[in-house]
Amino acid sequence: MQAFERITSQVIPLDRANVDTDAIIPKQFLKSIRRSGFGPFLFDEWRYLDRGEPEMDCTDRPKNPDFVLNQPQYAHGRILLTRENFGCGSSREHAPWALADYGIRVIIAPSFADIFFNNCFKNGLLPIVLDPETVDQLFREVGPGYELTVDLATQTITRPDGQVIRFDIEPSRKERLLKGLDDIALTLEHAEQIRGYEARRREEAPWLFVPIQP
Amino acid sequence: MGKTLYDKIWDAHVVRTDPDGSTLLYIDRQLIHEVTSPQAFEGLRLANRKPWRPEANLAVADHNVPTKNRDRGIADPVSRLQVETLEKNCAEFGIPVFSMRDHRQGIVHVVGPEEGFTLPGITLVCGDSHTSTHGALGALAFGIGTSEVEHVLATQTLWMRKARNMRVQVKGHVGPGVTAKDIVLAVIGELGTAGGTGYTIEFAGEAIEALSVEGRMTICNMAIEAGARAGLIAVDDKTIDYLRGRPLVPQGALWDQAVEAWRDLHSDADAVFDRVVELDARAIRPQVTWGTSPEMVAPVDGVVPDPAREPDATKRKGMVRALEYMDLKPGTPIQKIQLDKVFIGSCTNSRIEDLRAAAEVIKGRKVAANVRLAMVVPGSGLVKEQAEAEGLDKVFREAGFEWRDPGCSMCLAMNADRLEPGERCASTSNRNFEGRQGYGGRTHLVSPAMAAAAAIAGHFVDVRDF
Ligand code: SF4
Repeated sequence: MQAFERITSQVIPLDRANVDTDAIIPKQFLKSIRRSGFGPFLFDEWRYLDRGEPEMDCTDRPKNPDFVLNQPQYAHGRILLTRENFGCGSSREHAPWALADYGIRVIIAPSFADIFFNNCFKNGLLPIVLDPETVDQLFREVGPGYELTVDLATQTITRPDGQVIRFDIEPSRKERLLKGLDDIALTLEHAEQIRGYEARRREEAPWLFVPIQP
Repeated sequence: MGKTLYDKIWDAHVVRTDPDGSTLLYIDRQLIHEVTSPQAFEGLRLANRKPWRPEANLAVADHNVPTKNRDRGIADPVSRLQVETLEKNCAEFGIPVFSMRDHRQGIVHVVGPEEGFTLPGITLVCGDSHTSTHGALGALAFGIGTSEVEHVLATQTLWMRKARNMRVQVKGHVGPGVTAKDIVLAVIGELGTAGGTGYTIEFAGEAIEALSVEGRMTICNMAIEAGARAGLIAVDDKTIDYLRGRPLVPQGALWDQAVEAWRDLHSDADAVFDRVVELDARAIRPQVTWGTSPEMVAPVDGVVPDPAREPDATKRKGMVRALEYMDLKPGTPIQKIQLDKVFIGSCTNSRIEDLRAAAEVIKGRKVAANVRLAMVVPGSGLVKEQAEAEGLDKVFREAGFEWRDPGCSMCLAMNADRLEPGERCASTSNRNFEGRQGYGGRTHLVSPAMAAAAAIAGHFVDVRDF
């Protein structure tokens, strides 16, 4: 996993609440058995005027000029600013894959859907929860040339005028993100403890350890 | 202080807790399907890892499978590759799988309870948000992402933080014609799609106790639509009767021992919930969604609401956008909404009782001329066999419905079944998001009986006077 430290970037304002994972990456792209290549199809139904299909070449597709990702002033944005309950709906990890593949590294919103929020951390994406007033204020400020600096180590967002906004993150998530650590390898350091749990549990609930033979 | 049902299951599965509160939680069982697993298996392969307990998993393809002419295989090469990849991966890693041709194949969330793979008191996960369904049996069940699917395969655990406890208490009894689907849509209308975020919701109260286990699955299925990863319902006699004799439940003395343990799977009388929401069942009428989020819902005798009356600016914008997408005007009576298609299916409403309820309404009647396609997609091969044994397939066919093979089908339109742009559908599924049932398609969520009545009338009607 890609480590995350600090980023200074343009901010893409996506002024909608309840953006669901179907909108982030429509279902036809879920047929892929790969983990990469979803970036060109990020927000496909909002971004293009035709209907996207897996594996298609997106360079000549008709674009929706009103959609924020198609506006030149946000072309290099890697920070997404959005509204509450971002990432609701389907559990598809293709949503963070598509965001990351497109180049997004940070998402700022007043709230996120739980599964999506978890999935972000597995993919080097940093979701930041700020109070609705601060998000409102950022929406008012954002525009061409507007940049924020997000620093994970100090848990700060620095505005163009130098003002600093602090954000919270769980310590264990922060560390994994900073180091780009592999979750499974870390968990397997506790393999003995997992086996110990299983031995205890087998006494209490032996029926759970009968192998399933359908 | 007493414990909630959620506390009890959680506590029984803690492997370790770190000082910051992150908990390594043991996962008893995992369901796997073709869409969210290929990258997880690939990850195992790349890291040269083996599943921790292959036999604690069960896989079945459901999202991509065709619902007709299945003997001809899958026409779309991309879908075919995904389904074949699932079967190959399961063979390679020793994971039990129902192939597309197995008569037990179906939607994961229908198959799990039906086989007795889902048991009370277990932790169960699946790379699918509607895993909340299994909470109906008193299991702590929730959807996860693909990295977590891989993590569970490799370690039989997940890193979690405990959610807060919410109880949704549905008091009193619903009137005739009002079903589990209407209850849960009313709950979502009340809570909003993010109201349950960060919570595990336990559904309780007379109206929930009165439901069959299948009805309870419909309720828990949509907990995620209220933002909660998991929904739960206490174990009672109905739960145990439902499970008795199913193929994968414990046998002999183990069954008795398990049942004894399951009897404790309810919240203690003095348990404390972080939030309690009460609803009066008698006030719940059949529900129809009018927008592009499940919280945008109205009673069937109501009208499409007016955004101008919504004080919250973000919500108002969302409503305007939804009405534009749905091509509806504020003030339109719900019963004036005309339909192009009707879909009875999905993990919310494709079990035998759902099909019986729909067939009951349809019997001896014909699908309206303006409805281009009305289809029934049973939740599993076994549901299909049961329905055919009861003659329900004939009732549907004679009325003009198509009778299909099991799978997710038009719930999310990953296979060939989908809405065309602009088409309007009464659907028994769980999501009415933009494009969910096909690009440009318009979805109204309803109960099976309401969908059946709408197919006959050609527009929504109140099933209570139908
Ligand atoms: S039926 Fe629909 S909601 Fe259920 S698992 Fe399939 S796609 Fe998901």
